[in-house]
Amino acid sequence: MGKKSKVIETRIQAKPEQLKLLRGVVRDAVHMSGCSDKTVERVVLAVNEAGMNIIQHAYKNNPEGEIILEIIDNDTELLFRVTDFAEPVDINNIKPRPLDKLRPGGLGTHFINEIMDEVVYSIPKCGVGNQVVMKKTIKSD
Amino acid sequence: MGELRAVTYKITQHAGYSVVHLKGDVDLSTSPIARKLILECIEAKHSVLVDLSEVAYIDSSGVASLVEGYQLAKTNGVEFGLVNVSQAALDVLQLARLDTVFPIHASLDDLSKVMR
Repeated sequence: MGKKSKVIETRIQAKPEQLKLLRGVVRDAVHMSGCSDKTVERVVLAVNEAGMNIIQHAYKNNPEGEIILEIIDNDTELLFRVTDFAEPVDINNIKPRPLDKLRPGGLGTHFINEIMDEVVYSIPKCGVGNQVVMKKTIKSD
Repeated sequence: MGELRAVTYKITQHAGYSVVHLKGDVDLSTSPIARKLILECIEAKHSVLVDLSEVAYIDSSGVASLVEGYQLAKTNGVEFGLVNVSQAALDVLQLARLDTVFPIHASLDDLSKVMR
């Protein structure tokens, strides 16, 4: 992280209705970075999907959980680090489903991979929970 | 319109279709009710159009509700389509490669014209 990096940190409870708060923070941050409106909305979707995955698959809909979103803007790219404190999930199981078979669900990981330039899943250094870091290069389009 | 936290809805009738109008954000907190509205109409053997003109945001859970509606309509032998799709919703459907799967109508007054 360079000297000029700007960091925004947001904490929400793992409740579906709190995702709207997360989206608002992401929308403002990406908009201020100079991305086009279309890119702003796509990045909002990707971060929302990461939050949804945590609520549904990591916390298994337990609303007591906490989600931390850090947005790091270093002027050329935006990093979105999303952390939870649930039981670690098997990273090998996080993959998009094929789109050729029509079925409800399973699109979130596809959206994230399609929208972001780089996506890395890991277990935080403290050994508890899960973390995903998503990178988006800043372009005015 | 009924209240759905971040989204509101109403159901109208048009040319033999039940039209489910959604307004606002269709996300993890609101898609279960959107899903219920759509599936109840189809289970009652009504052809359904979902009006997305005032949908500002839709995520994968909202898209899943539309896919379920589409599949149940096929099973029940009724029609399912989308109408007045907002740019925000269309962009998400394109990302999911579903813009060529759902019948998408430009407007209620022009149901014969399917947008692809």
